[in-house]
Amino acid sequence: MPAAAPARLALKDVAFHHGAREVLRGVSLEVRAGEVFGLLGPNGAGKSTLFSILAGLLPPAAGRFWLDGREIPAGARALRAASGIVFQSPGLDGKLSAEENLRLAAAMHRVPRAEARRRIAALLAGAGLADRAREPVDRFSGGMRRRVELARALVHRPALLVMDEPTTGLDAGAFQAFWDEVLALRRDQGLTVVLTTHRPDEAERCDRLAVLSGGAVVACESPEALRARVPGDVVVVEADAPDALAAEIRARLGLPARVRDGAVHVEREAGHTLVPRIVEAFPAGRLRAVSLRRPTLADAYLALTGASLEDAAEVAA
Amino acid sequence: MSPARAEPAPRAAPPAGAAPAAPLPAPGPALAYDVATALVLWRRDLVRFFRQPSRLAGALGQPLIFWFVIGSGMSGTFRMAGSGTGYLAYFFPGVVLMVVLFASIFTTLSVIEDRHRGFLQGVLAGPGSRASLVAGKTLGSASVALSQAALFLLLAPAAGFPYGAIDWPLLVAALALAAVGLAALGFAVAWFIDNVQGYHAVQMTLLVPLWVISGAMFPVPADRPGFAAAMRWNPVSYAVSAARRALAGPDAPGALPGSAARDLAVLAAFAAIALAAAVLSTRRAPRA
Repeated sequence: MPAAAPARLALKDVAFHHGAREVLRGVSLEVRAGEVFGLLGPNGAGKSTLFSILAGLLPPAAGRFWLDGREIPAGARALRAASGIVFQSPGLDGKLSAEENLRLAAAMHRVPRAEARRRIAALLAGAGLADRAREPVDRFSGGMRRRVELARALVHRPALLVMDEPTTGLDAGAFQAFWDEVLALRRDQGLTVVLTTHRPDEAERCDRLAVLSGGAVVACESPEALRARVPGDVVVVEADAPDALAAEIRARLGLPARVRDGAVHVEREAGHTLVPRIVEAFPAGRLRAVSLRRPTLADAYLALTGASLEDAAEVAA
Repeated sequence: MSPARAEPAPRAAPPAGAAPAAPLPAPGPALAYDVATALVLWRRDLVRFFRQPSRLAGALGQPLIFWFVIGSGMSGTFRMAGSGTGYLAYFFPGVVLMVVLFASIFTTLSVIEDRHRGFLQGVLAGPGSRASLVAGKTLGSASVALSQAALFLLLAPAAGFPYGAIDWPLLVAALALAAVGLAALGFAVAWFIDNVQGYHAVQMTLLVPLWVISGAMFPVPADRPGFAAAMRWNPVSYAVSAARRALAGPDAPGALPGSAARDLAVLAAFAAIALAAAVLSTRRAPRA
């Protein structure tokens, strides 16, 4: 551990197995204070297991942990007291109101009662739920419940916010609102955020990403740096028979074409010169659309691991 | 960490103008967190119970029907040797314990669902210890059980036990210890079994027979030593026995030989062992 500027949270060689299957094989990470740190990977990459270990739910088979440079045992009370946790599965008591759920969370973290009342009112107002504070959470929509979950994780003003796929099931508007809130908290309170995600658009919002594949970190850098690992551009060709078309592009044009999400993808530098070649190579009507785009984090994940982020994500959804 | 520290990646440090990350506050004393967590869980079970009128109605209706239907059916054939006690009066303390038993089973059931999808996840990830989780959940469950028993005990005069003649401290102590023990046992089973069907199967084959052979429904057959031994090792027997003494005096018909103090001592030992088992069970990692 560097003595000068210790990471807010550091882990080293964290391992976990489930029977004979290795779920995490020696994960080491450093999360700096005030950064938004993403654990990116499809289902089965081990990120939810890592989340459970960070949340103190699961004891790791091996690994060392540091909080602000001080070594702590796995799942230590110091970490649990400093963290706000947002679970992927619902973590609220549906029979209780939003206000009661928050009040219980505040009591558990020993927030003084008057202070808790003030914070709960402010958090629920901020979530746009002030007028429904006394309704059972069971009656809320998915997006509203997510906002209550976030508010509950924040009621004790944690230094660390740890979230497992926090925006699963949210529509575009709710997704945007959720992230606006998280980034505002980071800006205003210096909150450190650790989250797991399989969504490229969510990963884009992180300062740094640990790319998880098969229970190991294969890269750990900013989204820009990860995208830069894919050379050039991505040409996406939509057609009725993508597999046949990909085979033909490979054979006739000698290009590395592969099918993802029902469309043919070709990664190439100077992709714009490729577009006319592909269009001219096939008769009219064979192709539905040809587009050119910058590589996304999904492309970067594929390039790094050879596995697709989206395919597993679709299975999960 | 200072935002000015040079980082290889441009976005690795917080953006300019961001608030500096506050240093971590020192966590408070461990015991204070544990007490806070236990109180939260306790309060939650009680709030949930009193908010659901159907549960309140069921809590009173089910044992009432049970007591009256079985009690009336048996009263013709039952005769307590050497006493004029009718079956409805004999059965009443047994039904009180049945109320406690079933309430403990049902309130600890939530441990299974709740810890993978629900409120208990947040408690496990919170600053309290697992022992405080056991304490809070057991207290909550026992309080619900006692509340249900209290509702049913409103009928005591109808069974021939006027309120003024009841030894309330003894009754409350016996029922509270039994409720804590049974709830903690339920917690340990719930944590270990980890699925609702399995939990019901285990509880129904473990706890219901304990109640049946506790002297709740019929007295110890003096001519069957095996039966008598099973009853002597059954903690529920002592709860039923103490309840009988509380309702009908130290020499109540059907009470075990011995004193009320002995009954309570056995129940306290049972509660302590069950609590220890529940705390130990939480050391086991839940299935991922």
